[in-house]
Amino acid sequence: MAEVACPMAGVVAEVKVQPGDTIEPGQELLILESMKMMIPFQSETNGVVKEVKVNVGDFVNEGDVVIVLE
Amino acid sequence: MFDKVLIANRGEIAVRVIRACQKLGVRTVAVYSDADKEALHVQMADEAFHIGPPPVAQSYLNMDKIIEVALEAGAQAIHPGYGLLAENAAFAKRCQEKGLVFIGPKPEAMEAMGFKVKARQIMQAADVPIVPGNVEGIQDLEKAKELAQGIGYPVMVKASAGGGGIGMQIAHNEKELEQAFKMCEARAKAYFGDPSLYLEKYIEEPRHIEIQVLADNGGYTIHLNERECSVQRRHQKVIEEAPSTFVDPDLRQKMGAAAVRAAQAIGYNNAGTVEFLVDPEKNFYFLEMNTRIQVEHPVTEMTTGVDLVEWQLRIASGEPLTLKQEEIGINGHAIECRIYAEDPDKNFMPSPGKIARWQVPELEGFRADVGVYEGYTVSPYYDPLLAKFITWGETRDQAIDRMIQALESTVVDGIRTNISFHITALKSKLFREGRTTTNFIDQLKKEE
Repeated sequence: MAEVACPMAGVVAEVKVQPGDTIEPGQELLILESMKMMIPFQSETNGVVKEVKVNVGDFVNEGDVVIVLE
Repeated sequence: MFDKVLIANRGEIAVRVIRACQKLGVRTVAVYSDADKEALHVQMADEAFHIGPPPVAQSYLNMDKIIEVALEAGAQAIHPGYGLLAENAAFAKRCQEKGLVFIGPKPEAMEAMGFKVKARQIMQAADVPIVPGNVEGIQDLEKAKELAQGIGYPVMVKASAGGGGIGMQIAHNEKELEQAFKMCEARAKAYFGDPSLYLEKYIEEPRHIEIQVLADNGGYTIHLNERECSVQRRHQKVIEEAPSTFVDPDLRQKMGAAAVRAAQAIGYNNAGTVEFLVDPEKNFYFLEMNTRIQVEHPVTEMTTGVDLVEWQLRIASGEPLTLKQEEIGINGHAIECRIYAEDPDKNFMPSPGKIARWQVPELEGFRADVGVYEGYTVSPYYDPLLAKFITWGETRDQAIDRMIQALESTVVDGIRTNISFHITALKSKLFREGRTTTNFIDQLKKEE
């Protein structure tokens, strides 16, 4: 089981995956809003999403686990 | 002069306005969101009022709350800074209705500049050059094709009611025009509720040069020379300077006079900026007017000796503008670097967080307008501008050398900043030679 940590602090603007989705490197997982910019957060690995730990509007810090992979 | 002014803003500009008020003996009222309890502007103001949660819609854009606080604190005027409510005519009107002075132009002047096609008509009538194109909104593709033939490709298709680059598309030929027209029409309708479009000639390799103006409530207007703002990333300015290496005295005189005519045509009062695109042949075209103090105002202050924020306060309080056009000279050269909390190595990704170390030097000819301090946590809720570094030199080379020295002796830990980008840019041959078009950053990557 692998955990995906958030690269930066911000507010979750969009969640682009759900449990059961197969993801690959470069795929957008979340859109974060930080400092008036929309920043796509892309996956660096392959995997299957087990759990999405954040919702739209949540505040996340750098290093927070946002997605758990199987 | 006012006894007390509320500053409806945050960060370095709120601090800048507070300093101008202190200089004039005016008491200050700060407002802040939950995220800004520890902010520098809150600490510096005489009084501070909490106005809501971090999102700007619920705090710094909450007009009712801000006006309520101003009245409660006994302020006579509100300074909006830049961004947020600064160009909101409805807010300016509400201030008026409540007996508060909005430190900026009258709402009618802001509105005249808000609608792009109308602004083009006013400017044409006032003999201010506009980018060749039409001045009536159109909704018919065949008409657009005809117009484009007359203007000559490439053309820009823009929304009549638009702004901020929304619903804007370039077309190099008739086929592209068909696509651009459909796309812009849909966006214009969705964003502005008005599908009408207009066409402009696309200016190749433009420079972005703007003229600062000051006008008092009686309509007396002067200009304070140009600022060159061509170094941009994501349509946001990064480095600005005054004077422009590209502008000669003849062009300066012509652009300055055009900017004064533009301001007078809409009955403008207070500080404002007229933005122009300038092509390689030195033809200049009206782009828009910013009805506020600008981020980059210090480079004008450093080269003219005029305190623009102080004049904003004086004019708003009813004082006549006593500066004469012929007194406004250009003394030396000034450069401004915007220090952003972002990582230049990761495509300028935002870098909020706690500032573990913040050491900014004191040097001759160096001014730092700062909105943060060591130990302060930079919030992800607002824009990433931490500070502005401004250097002055007798020559452009001296201003550049002083800026490099200031940047190299600044230490920031805990968050990433774009300081290293500035150093690379300023040390480049491209910048040194003044070849600063809006494609500067791409050009820099190619040449380095």
